[in-house]
Amino acid sequence: MTIAPEDRQLGLPRLRKEDARLITGQTNWTDNIQQVGTLHVAFLRSPVAHARISGLDVSAAQEQPGVISVLTGADFGEEQGSLPCAWPVTEDMVLPEHPPMAVEEVRFVGEAVACVVARDPYTAVDALEMIDVDFEPLPAVLDMEAALTEDADLVHTAAGTNKAFVWPMSNGDVDAAFDGAEVVVTRRYRQQRLIPAAMEPRSVVCSPDGDTFTLWSATQIPHILRVMLAMTTGIPEQKIRVVAPDVGGGFGSKLQVTAEEVLTLLLAKRLNKPVKWTETRSEGFQTTHHGRDQIQDVSIAADADGRVRGLKVDLMADMGAYMMLVTPGVPLLGAFMYPGIYKMDAYAFSCTGVFTTKTPTDAYRGAGRPEATYAIERIMSELAHELGMDPMELRRRNWINHDEFPYTSIGGLTYDSGNYEAATARAMELFGYDALRAEQRARRERGDTVQLGLGISTYTEMCGLAPSRMLGGLSYGAGGWEHASVRMLPTGGVEVVTGTTPHGQGHVTAWSQIAADYLGVPFDDVQVLHGDTQVSPQGMDTYGSRSLVVGGTAVVEACGRVVEKARKLAAHMLEAAEGDVEFSNGRFRVRGTQEPSAGIQELALAAFTAHDLPEEMEASLNAEATFDPENFSYPHGTHLCAVEVDTATGRASIRSYVAVDDVGTAVNPLLVEGQVHGGLAQGIAQAMFEEAVHDAEGNLVTSTMADYLVPSAVDLPEFTTDRTETPAVTNPMGAKGVGEAGTIASTPAVVNAVVDALRPFGVDDVRMPCTPERIWRAMAQAGAGGDTAPGTPTSLAASSEESTAAGTTQTGETGGEGATQ
Amino acid sequence: MPHIRVTVDGVRYDDEIEARRLLTHYLRDTLGKVGTPIGCDTSNCGACTVLMDGMSAKSCSVLAVQADGHEITTVEGLASNGTWHPVQRAFHENHALQCGYCTPGMIMATLDLLQENLDPSDEEIREGLEGNLCRCTGYSNIVKAVRTAAAEIRAAESAPTVMTASGAEEVPRQAAGEPRRPMAKGGGTS
Amino acid sequence: MIPPQFEYVKPNSVAEAVSALGESEEAKALAGGQSLLPLLRFRLAYPDVVVDLGELAELRGVRDEGDAVWIGAMTTHYDVVNDPVIAEHCELLAMATRTVADPAVRHRGTIGGSLSHADPAGDLPAVALALEAEFLISGPEGERTVAAPDFFEDYLTTTLEPEEILTGIRVPKWEGWSFHYEKFARTAQAWAIVGVAAGTRRREGEIAEARVGLTNMGPTPMRAHAVEEALVGVPAQAGSVRAASATADQGTAPPSDVNGQADYRRHLARVLTERALEQAAGI
Repeated sequence: MTIAPEDRQLGLPRLRKEDARLITGQTNWTDNIQQVGTLHVAFLRSPVAHARISGLDVSAAQEQPGVISVLTGADFGEEQGSLPCAWPVTEDMVLPEHPPMAVEEVRFVGEAVACVVARDPYTAVDALEMIDVDFEPLPAVLDMEAALTEDADLVHTAAGTNKAFVWPMSNGDVDAAFDGAEVVVTRRYRQQRLIPAAMEPRSVVCSPDGDTFTLWSATQIPHILRVMLAMTTGIPEQKIRVVAPDVGGGFGSKLQVTAEEVLTLLLAKRLNKPVKWTETRSEGFQTTHHGRDQIQDVSIAADADGRVRGLKVDLMADMGAYMMLVTPGVPLLGAFMYPGIYKMDAYAFSCTGVFTTKTPTDAYRGAGRPEATYAIERIMSELAHELGMDPMELRRRNWINHDEFPYTSIGGLTYDSGNYEAATARAMELFGYDALRAEQRARRERGDTVQLGLGISTYTEMCGLAPSRMLGGLSYGAGGWEHASVRMLPTGGVEVVTGTTPHGQGHVTAWSQIAADYLGVPFDDVQVLHGDTQVSPQGMDTYGSRSLVVGGTAVVEACGRVVEKARKLAAHMLEAAEGDVEFSNGRFRVRGTQEPSAGIQELALAAFTAHDLPEEMEASLNAEATFDPENFSYPHGTHLCAVEVDTATGRASIRSYVAVDDVGTAVNPLLVEGQVHGGLAQGIAQAMFEEAVHDAEGNLVTSTMADYLVPSAVDLPEFTTDRTETPAVTNPMGAKGVGEAGTIASTPAVVNAVVDALRPFGVDDVRMPCTPERIWRAMAQAGAGGDTAPGTPTSLAASSEESTAAGTTQTGETGGEGATQ
Repeated sequence: MPHIRVTVDGVRYDDEIEARRLLTHYLRDTLGKVGTPIGCDTSNCGACTVLMDGMSAKSCSVLAVQADGHEITTVEGLASNGTWHPVQRAFHENHALQCGYCTPGMIMATLDLLQENLDPSDEEIREGLEGNLCRCTGYSNIVKAVRTAAAEIRAAESAPTVMTASGAEEVPRQAAGEPRRPMAKGGGTS
Repeated sequence: MIPPQFEYVKPNSVAEAVSALGESEEAKALAGGQSLLPLLRFRLAYPDVVVDLGELAELRGVRDEGDAVWIGAMTTHYDVVNDPVIAEHCELLAMATRTVADPAVRHRGTIGGSLSHADPAGDLPAVALALEAEFLISGPEGERTVAAPDFFEDYLTTTLEPEEILTGIRVPKWEGWSFHYEKFARTAQAWAIVGVAAGTRRREGEIAEARVGLTNMGPTPMRAHAVEEALVGVPAQAGSVRAASATADQGTAPPSDVNGQADYRRHLARVLTERALEQAAGI
């Protein structure tokens, strides 16, 4: 970048170019697309978790006026293929067939068994009620541990097991680390199942044109979707155009190749008419993939002075009924992150994937990394408690110091940069840690009904997915590069085409800032195009906090190539040697002179007219770049949370929340702050509010927004946020990514605070979400010396006595009585 | 089929519609006013919020026939001659939206809130928006935007010049704290 | 989510409404629609006729009737919250109504609709019970008045016959009393896990009388009679309120569901009753 500091766009809180349409209702959501002759499809869905389809009669529905076609899984037959899983994590992973529409058996409530195509949605929904299905019940498989027992009922009979895979890794001598340890703390944590709940429901429109198809979808991944639709249906890739128009949030839930996308395409092909489907919210809660749902058995070994020696993690991850696009890979994205920011001698990890008769799980904001961060940050606080040490002090003794970067963690990753001391110092200052501790003591001493708890999370994450070589090493089915092209238009405007696919992040604004600086053109002269495989033919799309780090860098590199082309033309026009021509603030000059000069925007016209081009120069000022990162990026930060717990009712309320994040160089601090805020809301929601609950038959009880509690403005606190800036050294801008940081960091900060408030009651865990009832029960039961943290069970059939956080602590010379005081 | 007469964003419509048609589907599918999106089926999310006779309503929980004889304002009807309503501008300037799906409802709920109370505290803002869910912003910037818009409208109200009656300049009709329309005494006519 | 097909009738008088409802077993009255519309969208109800009470101005409004306040069934929550007569004489009703759902829903939802829907997790039934409201009902046989405890019969079930409508309620003025509604829900939008409507009349340093209504502690709203009895004539002090509140869950039959199990609800009823009474009595 060659631009005077005062003229730089990078680092400015530019207001978003995206907003104008969004605040005036001039939007282009997929469900807004209204084409003449569009047919509407509605799906009949399984009301049972597991059954054989023994009869299916669609004749009455077929006869309804306005009904064009009624189709079953058998009608689609071979044509529908099997929904793809791009991440076979082990060679022997069980990968069951997954027809988009069930043919013989249904394996979760909500799986499609038939569809009605009608002239309008009202008619389609009415006709669904005329379809007769006989379900021959099969046993529901709901509990992961039960599913792994020898005589367990099976989700996929042909597989002969519910165990999908076992994936181990280890580094260092774990046995030695634990054998010689003075303190070992062991805990079981549960990552409850979550529903991503992007505000825009999924929607698909497919329009045929001869043998080619345009498919609009509320997706994060138009490029991957196009490849996968071709592979699944056999329709040639070059005949499919996928468009992601305005997309209303994703959080991973739209990082998917869905049954409805495949079937809508097949219907458009079969009926030769545009076909549209939009999910209802409750339909989406049942069928759009869920997130998390893991049981984590974690042990940490330390010396009496708090030095961590080793960590063992044994994970059970609920796949749900089928492997979706990256279902099995999600828990493994966390595998490398359990050691967090801490130095230790040894680490062992193992993950067992388990099939159940529930909605498949897959990526949800953070995908594997929130789970890992939760486990390490929770157990570090437990270890501190065990050692009688301040939890921040324990962290200080173990974290990687800023002068130790780059640092290769025991998880095998090389953290390129970071400064945990700086972020922590700033957070502690904003939070007022010591004063809050004093208040906590006072409240404890006077036995106040309202107790105060302080929670810490000093996190890092790996994002900027991802170096293609490393993905290959993990058996992922695609690369992690990103593509951009930059074109100077004859009138001086700039078209940036990106392979990333925003759905709320603000790429148009941020990429405009990047191009403005690297080309030296005005911010307003840059147009950013995305989300349409015809406009942006190459891309790997948006997830894993990758867009800026990978896609933004591709824009930087493409801009650089445009500048080099323009330099050649400028040298020709200025009658100077190329090496003597300097570029700054958008103009080329001969070194050491001010005039004459040639602006890059004027050169675009010269390139267009092509009247006088240098030898071997083509008549265009455009360039492409594909960037493949050499490493992940590692944002980090310190989050501090103060929670008040009303010990009479069990209600926890966040009193203050401080987040100091280091996401490297901020291209647009306004967008960074927005991402952090939203991430915090989702992480706090996991800690306090949200849980997908099933009953004993496998029905999703929390199937509407009235039952699945997405927090409103009243339920969330004001956030205090700040940043430290330690640039990444693996990309030219020094950016690290910010999309997931808030979610990853905040969940353990909140639960650590809740548990900290409850220490006097002998509580050492509260299962998420920390509902008033669970807190009340944890207090009631911990006092009796039993296991902690039961509460409303995941399955309603289970009793309230269920205990979930079997905690044990072996203590060495430091003494102590076990898990509870 | 019932016949309805309804005014939407200043335009009168006469239509025959199925009794069961939801107002939100009438707006989107019959009138093509797709600026108002649908986010749930339980009236929790508020994405479909419009104003009915000036008061917020969730258009997914109203039958189109219930709108007969009433005036509807959607997010599409707020800007005037390209000039944004102060609330729209405040959402933009405070980065109070990301994906933007909740934004139309959030803006309409804000209008309602500010008609009711032009000087709301942060707590009152959060309560006023409790029926509108956002998954992107964590609400902090939304609260800030509403505070900013309120201040701007208050300043405009106390300014000596009379503002035009266009939608873009629409200001609350009553001072803060007063209920917008005092109830008629008695039970009405029978 | 699309409602099933139905015929739509918009009567111009209560008599017409009653007659329309009488024409079909499956007819359903539509008040504000904030409960009925979601039910229709989920196809949990299949009325063949929907009778829209929206035009019945005679059912809307609040009237001071001397020793009582009449509130028309079609009065919206918004109007209840903002009505000066209610503010003066039925503060508890305004207080509880303010916690119902959210502003947009309160603009359309009606008091009569909420009471007739009779969801035990709804806030208003327990309030009507605590305030000993009378329910005014019109039907083919004319008008009848029932006391609050007789109106609520079971879960989502009232004394209303299919062809009857609730036209309003009459709430006695509780001169010398003060009230409080304590609602406990997991999020702002969530239904009450438990709610407590409490009122006391103080006489010098004593509590002369008390009323306590419970939300979501059984299939219908309930009165905590044991608490009320225990409070008669006791000192207006925290200790006596606490002792009395310990009986708040007596005779209740709270549900166990995803929002809370029965034993927790019982506990909450005791804690919240104490808090509501303390607020009401100014302790």
